[in-house]
Amino acid sequence: MTAVAEPGIRLRRLDVPAVLKEAGLTALVIFALTFGLVGFETLDVPGGIDINTRFGDVAAAVAFGFVGRIALILLREHRPLPVLALAPLAAAIMLMLLLSETLFGPETGAVLKAFIPFHDPIVLWSLAIVAVFFSIRAALAVRDMSSGLSLEEREERVDRLGARVQRGARLLGPVLLACALVFPFTPFADRQMLDIAISVLTYVMLGWGLNIVVGLAGLLDLGYVAFYAVGAYSFALLATNLDVSFWVALPFAGAMAATAGVLLGFPVLRLRGDYLAIVTLGFGEMIRIILLNWYTFTGGPDGISGIPRPSFFGLADFARNANHGLTFHEMFGIDYASSQRIIFMFYVILAMAMVVNLFTMRIRRLPIGRAWEALREDEIACRSLGINPRNTKLTAFGIGAMFAGFAGSFFASRLGFISPESFTFIESAVILAIVVLGGFGSQIGVVVAAILLIGLPEIFRELQQYRMLAFGMAMVLIMLWRPRGLLAYREPTIRLGGDRKAGS
Amino acid sequence: MQHSFAYFLDQLINGLTLGSIYGLIAIGYTMVYGIIGMINFAHGEIFMIGAFISIISFLLLGAAGVTWIPLALFIVLIVAMLLTSVYGWTLERVAYRRLRRSPRLAALITAIGMSIFLQNYVQLLQSARNKPMQPIISGGIEVLQQEDYIVSLSYMQMIIMVLTVVLMVIFSQMIARTPLGRAQRACEQDRDMAALIGVNVDRTISLTFVVGAALASVAGMMFLLYYGVIDFFIGFLAGIKAFTAAVLGGIGSLPGAMLGGLLIGLIEAFWSGYFTVEYKDVAAFSILVLVLIFRPTGLLGKPDIEKV
Amino acid sequence: MSAVDVLPVDFADEIPGGGTELLTVEHLTMRFGGLVAIDDVSFRAANERITAIIGPNGAGKTTVFNCLTGFYKPTVGRLSLHHPKGDVLLERLEGFRTSQSAGVARTFQNIRLFPRMTVLENLIVAQHNKLMRASGYTVFGLFGMKRYRDAEAAAIELARYWLDRTGLVEKADWDAGNLPYGDQRRLEIARAMCTEPVLLCLDEPAAGLNPRESHELNRLLIYVRDEHRIGVLLIEHDMSVVMEISDHIVVLDYGRKISDGTPEQVREDPAVIRAYLGEPEEIEEHVREALKQDDRGGDTTGEGG
Repeated sequence: MTAVAEPGIRLRRLDVPAVLKEAGLTALVIFALTFGLVGFETLDVPGGIDINTRFGDVAAAVAFGFVGRIALILLREHRPLPVLALAPLAAAIMLMLLLSETLFGPETGAVLKAFIPFHDPIVLWSLAIVAVFFSIRAALAVRDMSSGLSLEEREERVDRLGARVQRGARLLGPVLLACALVFPFTPFADRQMLDIAISVLTYVMLGWGLNIVVGLAGLLDLGYVAFYAVGAYSFALLATNLDVSFWVALPFAGAMAATAGVLLGFPVLRLRGDYLAIVTLGFGEMIRIILLNWYTFTGGPDGISGIPRPSFFGLADFARNANHGLTFHEMFGIDYASSQRIIFMFYVILAMAMVVNLFTMRIRRLPIGRAWEALREDEIACRSLGINPRNTKLTAFGIGAMFAGFAGSFFASRLGFISPESFTFIESAVILAIVVLGGFGSQIGVVVAAILLIGLPEIFRELQQYRMLAFGMAMVLIMLWRPRGLLAYREPTIRLGGDRKAGS
Repeated sequence: MQHSFAYFLDQLINGLTLGSIYGLIAIGYTMVYGIIGMINFAHGEIFMIGAFISIISFLLLGAAGVTWIPLALFIVLIVAMLLTSVYGWTLERVAYRRLRRSPRLAALITAIGMSIFLQNYVQLLQSARNKPMQPIISGGIEVLQQEDYIVSLSYMQMIIMVLTVVLMVIFSQMIARTPLGRAQRACEQDRDMAALIGVNVDRTISLTFVVGAALASVAGMMFLLYYGVIDFFIGFLAGIKAFTAAVLGGIGSLPGAMLGGLLIGLIEAFWSGYFTVEYKDVAAFSILVLVLIFRPTGLLGKPDIEKV
Repeated sequence: MSAVDVLPVDFADEIPGGGTELLTVEHLTMRFGGLVAIDDVSFRAANERITAIIGPNGAGKTTVFNCLTGFYKPTVGRLSLHHPKGDVLLERLEGFRTSQSAGVARTFQNIRLFPRMTVLENLIVAQHNKLMRASGYTVFGLFGMKRYRDAEAAAIELARYWLDRTGLVEKADWDAGNLPYGDQRRLEIARAMCTEPVLLCLDEPAAGLNPRESHELNRLLIYVRDEHRIGVLLIEHDMSVVMEISDHIVVLDYGRKISDGTPEQVREDPAVIRAYLGEPEEIEEHVREALKQDDRGGDTTGEGG
């Protein structure tokens, strides 16, 4: 095969048998992986299980593995042209098959659709995306090779691009905030979108809260959901048993959660890294099990229902007619609209999230915030400087937990009903993923990650079942590609050369 | 009733059986942690995959007319070990190898991601429902009878315990005597040095994952046969308890992992038997916390001195 | 064994090299299981003097530091720091308190900076306790009160002073992890000084430095001793540093003290020569001459970089 030469890179002669062998091994591995679990499907029939075969899927998976591996090898050996020629073609064919009904009309479309070898079109979608990815990689490789730039010059270009993205990211914050402020009044902010937005903002707040523990202090907490639960249940119990309003109960819920944070933080002070993660995971699960089984206090699996919604700062209700006191619409002399409450909820969670954000930005410039970051960098050095690691860690745990407690109260109030099912380990994993994937310590990263991980799946409801699968895959891929997170960039809190304000 | 010796013996047998299963999974955790210093969060899912491959194999063998039980067991054992090992190998090769020198947090996140991925992978492919299987091995011997309470030791329990002992012996010998075992111990001590003296570190680590996966798959098969029903989520809880067992026994110690497994199994059985069954998992988690606070190196582990 | 059970050591009246007693180490023993890392070591270090602890590798020098600075709890021993505000028993203090209450600062053999924080931030973190009190344990700080702002400005000034002294002002906003090696070592010293200690413990500060950098290090340490009037305790292998600036040398070998005196005394001590170089008969003549050469200050150091 001819290939474009490049200064500094010598092309090896392509050893075709070796390439085929490597691709063959990949195909064999894929066969071994898919044969058992993909090739056979266990069907639930009355009286037990039956077996169904899906060998077509296995064969297709093996074939794609083989071809994909060859493409990777070609790119690795600086021979992108064949990939550039074939990958877009493959992508085009796959997309054509998937969209055949829209493109060719229902009859032809159905016929073509039968050619899809997989039992589930989502697989073909994923492969089409992979083919597109290969096309882009090949195109970039060709451009690099024909551009005449040396390796160093290309690296420099990438760095400069990265720096420009970082600077852009700092602008993104105010822009997003402005968008959020006007969002409820835009035309496409219907009930569903507002719900999604409120969910996203809740996770943003949780992400910013966890960011204090994981991003700033470097404490790997896999049980953050426990504090979320404590806050939610504290508020729910206060509201349903003692008729306490949302605004009055909020500080209590936060205090309860903070206490839980300190209590659970105490045993884990000396633990590092993975051990800390597992133990906090254990704590999260313990809290959930206790909530599930302590029927008399927490309602067990039935949960707590009838939780009142927040009022307008305790002054007016968001109802058409108030049981006692004013209603919101009466207070402002406007007509009643059911959207009023939900828009209020939106602004409440937005404000709460911004409080966490501003708090974080402020506390980074205070001794305790810097101590958290120093603790993350090197605990032993911290001890040698007279910093008390125990108190520093407990403060991080407590404050992080407090914010989770606030978010939990909001969650309980918004849904009107809570049960232990909402507080599983997966929630902790999601929140941690938001923090990590966005880039440790990056406030904006958390927002971006939350929009991607929470917002997108909500919008594409049909793909709901694949959400967790894609989620797990995303975590793995992003860690492999960028172990520091997508937008990892640490803004110094103080500069000698002119004291610029700390960014996000 | 609860105070009789027979009841106690019953719980003891249950605990040892359960503990054997945990122990086999725990070995995988401890070996991986010993050699690359990370918790293979997805190891519980490997166990679960072993169970699924087992159930599919049993059903296929049944459909193919293989009815002689020892043969069926043997075939399923081999098949499960082989195919699950491929998952273990792939896991390391795809997700962990690249991150060996990265911060530990990245490796942990990847492991969690793979765990979630594998759980949902199986869930999507095999549906989220429970998968029951007709008991293949039933019956047992009567051990003790006190008043009306009969303590029996089922054949299944015997098989599990015997198989576990056999596997333990084989793998202990393997670690102690074979080049692989020596290479493994070298890599545990000092990976770079091992590489410099000619140990193929990549292959040693891969084989560690493979062995761990094989053992976990055996545990999966046993779980299937013993409890008669599996689902895609069994890996999560079993994984945490097996990890607790590995820590309890001393991370990095093979006999420790098995000892820890047996202890956790016994604690769980006795807790369920004498207190409540709902909070048995809380008992297991609490053990983990207590061990890590008071004796972080575990029962059979070596003390770690902080290097400043 | 508690401090009460440790018999006081009968030291000679004068500390080698002179000065008032700042640190008294008595019967320090450190055992790790069956391994005896330090075996009944006693010595004194004086204020406004530089005391070097030398010895072959594995002699236990860093272990002594770890005992002094709260990282290890000595098996036996009394470590008295004669702080201006009163005597402190270092072996009783919880890890981080040796810096906080006793004013003992240290650097590490394998540099321990905060790599992803800037140089300036490293120095500000060192002033944590002072700033925490000024910020009212964060509360005043959150509300931007003047008291905290003033304290932070003062902290920046102290940081700037030490940046100046160590030649790092231009790199103040760099990430500490990006500094060249020599700068990192100096930053660690600057950071230790920002805790305003009474005793500065340096663990191999000259490791990996070229002759010019070693010379600058010497000047820095002499400046610290003379201008800031504190005690400096130094573990070092680089004899050009040790011989040039030490007032007092303590020699350890296999966990025991084998020599204790001025540089001149130590250099001639046969026990020391034996520990480092083997039996005196085996040492080549020219090596012995070279050992004496080092004393005549700066011939082999201070060359242009």
